[in-house]
Amino acid sequence: MSLLAISDLKVSIGGKEILRGVDLDLRSGRVHGLAGESGSGKTMTGLAVLGLLPHGARVSGRVTLGERDLLTLPPKELNAVRGGEIAMIFQDPATSLHPMLSVGRQITEHMRHHLGLGRKQARARAVELLGQVRIPAPEAAIDRYPHQFSGGMRQRVAIAIALACSPKVLIADEPTTALDVTVQAGVLRLLRGLCDDLDLAVLLVTHDLGVMSAVADEVSVMREGLVVETGPRGQVLRDPSHPYTRALLESLPGETS
Amino acid sequence: MSPTSVPSKDLKAGTAPRKPGRTGRAGHRSPLVRFLVRRVLTALLLAVGITLVTFVLTNLVPGDPVSANLGQQALGDPAIVAQWRAEHGLDKPLPEQYLLHLKGVVQGDLGMSQQSHRPVLDDLAEFVPATLELAGVAILISLVSGVAFGVIAALRRDRLSDHLLRVLSLIGISVPTFWLALMAFYVFFYRLQITPGSGRIDPSMSPPPHVTGLYTIDSALSGQWDVFSSAVGHLLTPALVLALYTIGLLTRFTRSAVLEVLGQDYVRAARAKGLPPRVILLRYVLRSALVPIITVAGLAFGSLLSGTVLVEAIFAWPGVGQYAYKSATTLDLPAVMGVGLVVGGVYLVINLIVDVLYGVIDPRVRLQ
Amino acid sequence: MKLPQAWRQPLAIVGGVIALAWIVIALAAPLLAPHDPLAQDLPRLTSPGPGHWFGTDQLGRDILSRVMYGARLSIPLTLLLVVLSVLIGGLLGACAGYFGKWIDETIMRFADLVFAFPTVILAMVVAAALGASLTNAVLAVLVVAWPAYARVTRGLVLGVREREFVVSGRLLGFSAWRSLRVDVLPNITGPILVLATLDIGTALLLLSGLSFLGLGAKPPSPEWGAMVASGVEVFDSWWVATFPGLAILTVVLAFNFLGDTLRDALDPRTARAIKERAL
Repeated sequence: MSLLAISDLKVSIGGKEILRGVDLDLRSGRVHGLAGESGSGKTMTGLAVLGLLPHGARVSGRVTLGERDLLTLPPKELNAVRGGEIAMIFQDPATSLHPMLSVGRQITEHMRHHLGLGRKQARARAVELLGQVRIPAPEAAIDRYPHQFSGGMRQRVAIAIALACSPKVLIADEPTTALDVTVQAGVLRLLRGLCDDLDLAVLLVTHDLGVMSAVADEVSVMREGLVVETGPRGQVLRDPSHPYTRALLESLPGETS
Repeated sequence: MSPTSVPSKDLKAGTAPRKPGRTGRAGHRSPLVRFLVRRVLTALLLAVGITLVTFVLTNLVPGDPVSANLGQQALGDPAIVAQWRAEHGLDKPLPEQYLLHLKGVVQGDLGMSQQSHRPVLDDLAEFVPATLELAGVAILISLVSGVAFGVIAALRRDRLSDHLLRVLSLIGISVPTFWLALMAFYVFFYRLQITPGSGRIDPSMSPPPHVTGLYTIDSALSGQWDVFSSAVGHLLTPALVLALYTIGLLTRFTRSAVLEVLGQDYVRAARAKGLPPRVILLRYVLRSALVPIITVAGLAFGSLLSGTVLVEAIFAWPGVGQYAYKSATTLDLPAVMGVGLVVGGVYLVINLIVDVLYGVIDPRVRLQ
Repeated sequence: MKLPQAWRQPLAIVGGVIALAWIVIALAAPLLAPHDPLAQDLPRLTSPGPGHWFGTDQLGRDILSRVMYGARLSIPLTLLLVVLSVLIGGLLGACAGYFGKWIDETIMRFADLVFAFPTVILAMVVAAALGASLTNAVLAVLVVAWPAYARVTRGLVLGVREREFVVSGRLLGFSAWRSLRVDVLPNITGPILVLATLDIGTALLLLSGLSFLGLGAKPPSPEWGAMVASGVEVFDSWWVATFPGLAILTVVLAFNFLGDTLRDALDPRTARAIKERAL
């Protein structure tokens, strides 16, 4: 039973077709990897789900969450879904966290808005969340600012922010690309663990097939605005049916398929 | 004797294009304290530079204060000329004159004005508050409306209101202030008679008891509400005339600052969190945009002081602009130097305020 | 810089047409003006109407003719002023940025000091000290105008200096002067041009402001700022001050329209650098 279903999603910006009919299914407790080279439309797919496409983009198709089509939802209701039911993590935590707001502020503000928590409750939950994403000394960390954390820690903060309102779906857009190789594994392990523990449906957008093979349950491969292949990880990565997937795999350094 | 002899290493920190997050070498005190100490030191050095510039300007130029101050007949008499020069310390060598001047400044003695025959300090104490009141009200008006217009233009990008605000703000920065002052005076006072005339309060009233020198505040403090409303009424037109240029400037600048922030990742991240648009605008966008806006507002205050010279002339506003004009045209050197010190000082204070505000807004300046 | 596209903006077209019209008026004033701008042979203070579209002033001179002749003073002087500030400020800023060290410190600290004073006040003191004349007013504006260019040029040169082609030129042993001229200069002309266009307005406002204060053009010269000043004396005859003021406004507006559009055509980062310094 799919939790979030994307069907025939089309996006054009300035007359140029970016997505040409994308279909994807996300299920609880599963990590769905979305692969493809830059410009293939994988990031746009993630943004389109939450209606975060750039100024002037046109969208058609369906993005269904339960009974609702997110693409036709009125702004107020869409805002309740954003952060509340579907959360997002962006590529570079150095730019996706506001540099002038404390970590605590950025974790608690949407909790208080979506869940109606008081200041104290929200703070207690924020400390708990920071602990959950393995930030050392969460009591102290909560009053600090993003620039006082390392890149990997910042991405953990961003994950804590995303988890704050206990969403059902998590869209992670290249969550490890901007991080040092040494901390990438930790962040991925965290994501995988959270997915299992919290029964999250995760859409993991990445161009890195190594990342993909480490954590994804299902893999979809995108090219030029279309999903060219989709299936269980083992099948897609070991025995690709589409020539483009094969080409992608062969370009992977070091590994032999 | 050139102003460049000011030690420049420290000056650089204060005057280089400011980037948040630039903090100095490690030390034992808190970064904020070190930051402020460095700013104040920088300010003091620049202050010395300013006295030098005013001194050099007023002395190394061909204008002759003697001929500007003495009548034709007196000029013909070398004895009178020599006596006048000795009286005003003009017979000593220049470096000595400068040191004498600097010594005086430190002791709070700015010399005697050759025009008013009063200590320059007394003159300034009388005229500076009037200008500060005018410029202060003008900068408040400009900040509030300029930022509001700029935000509106940015949010309604490429729509009619944006284009309209663009044209209006360009008109704002293109209007000659002195002409606008005259037009406003003619239309609103002379023709329509809906604004009070020149001066700071109604001529039939006496100024409120001196506390700050700002009539609005002083009259409010002493509870003279008729004087207060008269003072506000007299302030409004010249302040609006003065503000038009800075409103235009801040509108344009706020628009581009806000647009730049709107494109940032963290704004998209905030939208992904489902925060209401109003919260995103106020907490996420404006906070970041405020840093460049404050920089420009600080610079805009300087252009307001420029404007006062022209506006005060039309509205007979007894401020430092008029005083500067009179002392410049009569080459009243002590008075000119006094004015130079005041405007330089205002520049330093504004810079200091701007710097402190950076620290307040941006934790990267405040913390390491 | 995508010039052709930039010029297709309506604002740029309006600005261009107004600017062009003023240049034509300045060139052809002797042919266009209905009267001698200095002749005091008309009825005094006649309000605008047929025969004297802009009215006459308190000395019986035709204001329309004076406004037209005023363009012959203000426009070339302002252009000259901006060109000189670009040359002086640009050269000093380029040296500061290229050579660095004490040259940089000396020039930029001097620029900082000039920045510490409100432009009108500093220009006023300089003009007063030099003695009131239009030439001296131009010099005074020059004193306050050059640092903006020095700062922008320095910043741009610093940005270009470390780029590969400049570095490789230095490694090939080309002289500093050659590298400034051949490698650096072409890369900074665009932004400087935009700044200069925007500055034409500022310079004219300042110059006419000084004349308004009596520190520039002397009577009977038909300088716009001075004409507004003479309108102050007879302010109930509104036309005496209104038309020369409108002349200043339209010229400044035209160049601001042009400059603003050009700035948009530049990439945003350079544009912002300019905006911050062009105050």
